[in-house]
Amino acid sequence: MAGNIIEVDHLKHEYGDFRAVDDICFYVEKGEIFSFLGPNGAGKSTVINILTTLLPLQEGSVKIAGYDLKTQPEQVRRSIGIVFQDETLDRDLTVWETLEFHGRLYSMPKEKRRERIKEMIKLVELEDKKDVRTRNLSGGMKRRLEIARGLMTRPGVLFLDEPTIGLDTQTRIRMWEYIQKVNETGTTIFLTTHYMDEADQVSDWIDIIDRGKIIASGEPEGLKSALGRDMIYLETGDDESALRFLQTLPVVNDVKRLDKGLLITISRDGTHCLPLIMARLKDQGIEITGVNLKKPTLDDVFVHFTGREIRESGADKFRKMVARR
Amino acid sequence: MALEFATIYWRDMLRFFRFRALLISSLVQPALWLALYGAAMSSNFSRFGSALPVPEGAVSVSYLTFLGAGVIALTTLFTSLFGGISLLFDKNWGLLREVFASPLPRNSIIIGIGLSGVTKSILQVLVIMSFGLLIGVKFFQGYSIMETALAIAGILIFVGVFSIGFLFLSSAISMSMETPEGLQGVITLLTLPLFFASNALYPIEAFPDFVRLLSMLNPLTYLVNGVRYFAIGDDFYAIGYHYSYTTMDIVISFLALAAFALVMFLVARWIFKKATVT
Repeated sequence: MAGNIIEVDHLKHEYGDFRAVDDICFYVEKGEIFSFLGPNGAGKSTVINILTTLLPLQEGSVKIAGYDLKTQPEQVRRSIGIVFQDETLDRDLTVWETLEFHGRLYSMPKEKRRERIKEMIKLVELEDKKDVRTRNLSGGMKRRLEIARGLMTRPGVLFLDEPTIGLDTQTRIRMWEYIQKVNETGTTIFLTTHYMDEADQVSDWIDIIDRGKIIASGEPEGLKSALGRDMIYLETGDDESALRFLQTLPVVNDVKRLDKGLLITISRDGTHCLPLIMARLKDQGIEITGVNLKKPTLDDVFVHFTGREIRESGADKFRKMVARR
Repeated sequence: MALEFATIYWRDMLRFFRFRALLISSLVQPALWLALYGAAMSSNFSRFGSALPVPEGAVSVSYLTFLGAGVIALTTLFTSLFGGISLLFDKNWGLLREVFASPLPRNSIIIGIGLSGVTKSILQVLVIMSFGLLIGVKFFQGYSIMETALAIAGILIFVGVFSIGFLFLSSAISMSMETPEGLQGVITLLTLPLFFASNALYPIEAFPDFVRLLSMLNPLTYLVNGVRYFAIGDDFYAIGYHYSYTTMDIVISFLALAAFALVMFLVARWIFKKATVT
C-alpha cells in the first residue's frame, strides 16, 4: 500500500507465557498523527519497542518507511526518531552536548550536525540553555530537548511514547503545539498515550489496544459517534426495572449497568430527549435520583469496547506481568 | 564506518574529565597504594632480602622497585574491571536505549568503552611511574633517553592490551547484570584470585603448585612480566629470586594478553548481540 509509512502485519510478542501482543495489524499513513491508546500494560510499550528495534521481532512482519524491520533494521533506525517514555538524558551533559552526541550516533557530518543542533535548539526554545547540564533543566525543558533530539535527524516517523506524562497542564499544551508544528512539516507522528482527551484533540487516526489486541480503530469523531450522539447517566430507585424499560425505547442505542446507576447512549440530541426519557420513566413509577448528560469521550469509547475504565487499577496487574526493567 | 566508536569514546572521556573528583581519585589512589603498601612492605622485605646473597656483579633491585611494576599492573586491573560499569548505569537509567535504537553498530560501543578505559589506564600508569620515581622506585636504571622512551612505550603497549581485554570482560559483565550491587559482587569475586595468584606483589616461584598453575593462567602475570622487562631489565635479582626474561618470553607474554583480549571481545560481542534494552 502506497502512502503507508508503517505497516504492521500479524505482530505477536510473548514474554515467557505471557502474550503481550496478540496478533495485531495496523497501518500508519504518511504525514498523519497516529495514536495508539490503551491502559498501562496493554502492550503499547512492547509494540513501540519492537517498532524501534529495541525488542526483537518474534512473529509477524513490520515495514517502516519501506524497510523491513527484520532484514533492514539499520535502515529502519535511520528513518525513525524516538522520544522515550521515561527520561533518557545524560544528566551530566549539556543541552548542546546531548544533541552533539546524538548527531554523532547517526554519523551526521560535522557541518550538518552543528547547523541542525542550532535549528533544533531554536525550535524548542532552549537557546539560552544550550550550555546548561540537563540535570538543571525543568521537566518541560527536558521533554523539549528530547523532542529536539528525536527530530534532529529529520526522521520520517517520530515515535512519542507518552510524551506529556508527568508534565503540568501548561507545559502539556505547549508540548502539543510543538508536536503539531513538527507534524505540519511532514513528519509522521506515532503517539502512545493514555490521556484520552489529548489523543482526541490531536490525532488523525486512533487505534485502541487492550490486552494485546486492537479492539477499536478509527478517526476520533468516528469512534465517538459509534457510541451514539449523547450519553446519559441516570440513578434511579430501581435500576433493574429502569434498565428493562429503557431497552424498549427506540431512541436508546445501549444501556449499561454501572456499579451505581445506568449509562445510556442515545441516537439523538440529548438536550431534547432527556426530558422525554425522564417523563416516561416517571410514568413507569421509577423514581429518578440523579441525572447527567454528556457528549461521549474517548474514555467512554474505551469503556464501551472493554467494559472497563482506562485508568482503573486492574490494569496494574497487567503492567506487572510485562517484565520491564 | 570504522570510526563510529569515537562517539562513545568522546562521551566517556567528556564525563571522565568533567568529574574532577573521579579524575583525581583515580590518579591519587594508585599513588597512595605505592606510597603506603610499598613503603611498609619494602622495609619488611628488605630484612629478608639482605639475608639472601646475590651473585657478584648481578643487578639486585629493591622490593619497592619490584612492587612498582606490580602496582602498575594491579591499578590497571582494577580500573579496567570497573571500566564497563558506566554501561550498567546507562542501561538502568535508560540512556543506552538511545544508543541501541541508533544505527551505531554495537561493536562500536564495546570498542569505544574499551578505548576510553585504556586511555584512563595509561594516564594512571604515567602518574604512578612519575610518582614512583619520586619516592625511590628504580625504574629505567642506566637507560639512555631513547631506551627509556622505548621502555615506556613498551610498558604502555602491554598496559593497553591487558586493559582492553579486561574492559571487554567488564562491559560483558555489566551488560548481563541488573544491579550495580550484583556487578560489584561479581567483580570483587573475580579480582581476588587475579590479585593474589599473580606475581604482582611477590615471586610466584615459592607458590604451592596449584596456585602457581593458576598464576600461570592469569593475564596479570603476563602484564607484570612485560612491565618488569621494560622497566627493570631482562636480568635481575629481587627478594632472593633470579629473574631473567628472553625476548621470546616477552613475545609470548604479549601474545597471551592479545589472545585474552580477543577472546574477551568475542564474549562481549556475543553478549551485546543478544542484549535487549527496553
